[in-house]
Amino acid sequence: MPDALALSWRQYRLERRMFWRNPSAAFFNFVLPLLFLAAGGAILSGNQHQLNKLVPAIAAMSVMATTFTALAYNVVFLRERGVLKRIHGTPLPTLSYFAGLAANAVTNAALQIVIVVLAGRALFGIGWPQHAFELIVFVIAGVSCFAGLGVAFAHVIPNFESTAAYVNAVFLPVVFVSFYVFDSRSAPGFLRTIADALPLKPLIEGLSAAIVGGPGLVGNLDQLAVIALWGLFGIIFAVRGFSWESPA
Amino acid sequence: MSETAPAIEVRALRKRYGEYEAVRGIVISVRRGEVFGLLGPNGAGKTTTVEILEGYRARTGGEVSVLGHDPADRAIELRRRIGIVLQSGGIYGHITPREALRHWASFYAHPRSVQEVLSLTGLQPQADVRSRRLSGGQLRRLDLALALVGDPELIFLDEPTTGFDPEARRAAWSAISSLRDLGKTILLTTHYLDEAQALADRVAIIKEGRILAIGPPRELGVGAAHYRVVYRTAGGELVERQTDDVTALLHELTAEALARGERLEELSVARPTLEDVYLELTADA
Repeated sequence: MPDALALSWRQYRLERRMFWRNPSAAFFNFVLPLLFLAAGGAILSGNQHQLNKLVPAIAAMSVMATTFTALAYNVVFLRERGVLKRIHGTPLPTLSYFAGLAANAVTNAALQIVIVVLAGRALFGIGWPQHAFELIVFVIAGVSCFAGLGVAFAHVIPNFESTAAYVNAVFLPVVFVSFYVFDSRSAPGFLRTIADALPLKPLIEGLSAAIVGGPGLVGNLDQLAVIALWGLFGIIFAVRGFSWESPA
Repeated sequence: MSETAPAIEVRALRKRYGEYEAVRGIVISVRRGEVFGLLGPNGAGKTTTVEILEGYRARTGGEVSVLGHDPADRAIELRRRIGIVLQSGGIYGHITPREALRHWASFYAHPRSVQEVLSLTGLQPQADVRSRRLSGGQLRRLDLALALVGDPELIFLDEPTTGFDPEARRAAWSAISSLRDLGKTILLTTHYLDEAQALADRVAIIKEGRILAIGPPRELGVGAAHYRVVYRTAGGELVERQTDDVTALLHELTAEALARGERLEELSVARPTLEDVYLELTADA
């Protein structure tokens, strides 16, 4: 009998192949964050203090884009196209299916972090990550959190046509608020409160400490706790509200 | 479980969506190796019934057994033994039929060969074409191929030929007939009388969630060739005749008309429609 682990692996390989065959998905996953990095780097050129902030911020944004955004898109697309319903009628174990789907997003997130770190080193003189362990912990936490939230958010999106609107209505404000508060000491108090409560800024803080150097894991436990709470919330709703077919 | 137990046993099945009751006490029993047709118009409750049997929907009432399982339990063991062609099911846009079949085959312990399934469904020429470039009929054949690759004992076909041209329909029929020859049990829904007649050993005629009649197609009048011949006489009168032997009747009518030097205006020959069968069945009731 084909076992669940082997099937997860096969599903993962299929998802990888489908990902690379879709040029626009590959573009948004890999090129867009690099463009942000290049544009930000050009503006902040010569200001090492600012460049040190830019690289972890872009890395965190990449994690959100490759998991939250990509999974929300993917799940809505597969649901509305009827692929999920078809898969649900086969003996493929549900867990194997989601393991393959999630591992695909995780791979993109990991590749993206590597690209951003390498680009930061090559272009902006950022050194190798200071704390590898901390980096791994925060990447795992961020990826699980935003992956869960992405699948959960897909339940709210009624049809494929409106996916971009729904996703960007969340993604863009969260990115702007988090970047602004992370960068500016003079951000208004209420914005600071909002950014601290959302999962992206804690992820930026964690990645910043790991890549550039900072308070270390123990000093960032509160940030990790915020990410973990959002992750728990996301995963619970991802599982509970899941629909294998279009509601229409 | 004995081999002679029915493949599907349904008793007093009910399904309610809010105020609307889509299925109202359906009783059917499908024998192993049988091709069973659910025949009815759109909205009759065919798909709801089939999707309950496939494990997609929860029933409101009644008892259901599919290969000895309650499909509501969604046992993997059951899904290994059934193949499903949904009324509309999608597939990744960038996958080819060969890749999709290979992937689907990996879900099963003893799948059929991908090559064999490609030829059976006539998809050989498109085996390496991305699915987004396939036509509607080719995608429908891929639906059938994906349902067959696990070599299931029981196959659900929900309107397998809707939207096909006549040639594609014949090809699908012969593929389905060859499944019967392999000893597969098939539950088929359709709103085409000729499809039920060509494929099904027995048919349940279903309307508004109820079964109007069950039996071999011929006994239900589904296959009884009550052709309806309509024409307008030279006097302007519209005449309708029913016959079992349309060839003889047409010969008679045209010979008479020619002998009189008249034309048979508006001549039409119609095969019985589902509506005719309903009318007959409801009139008998």
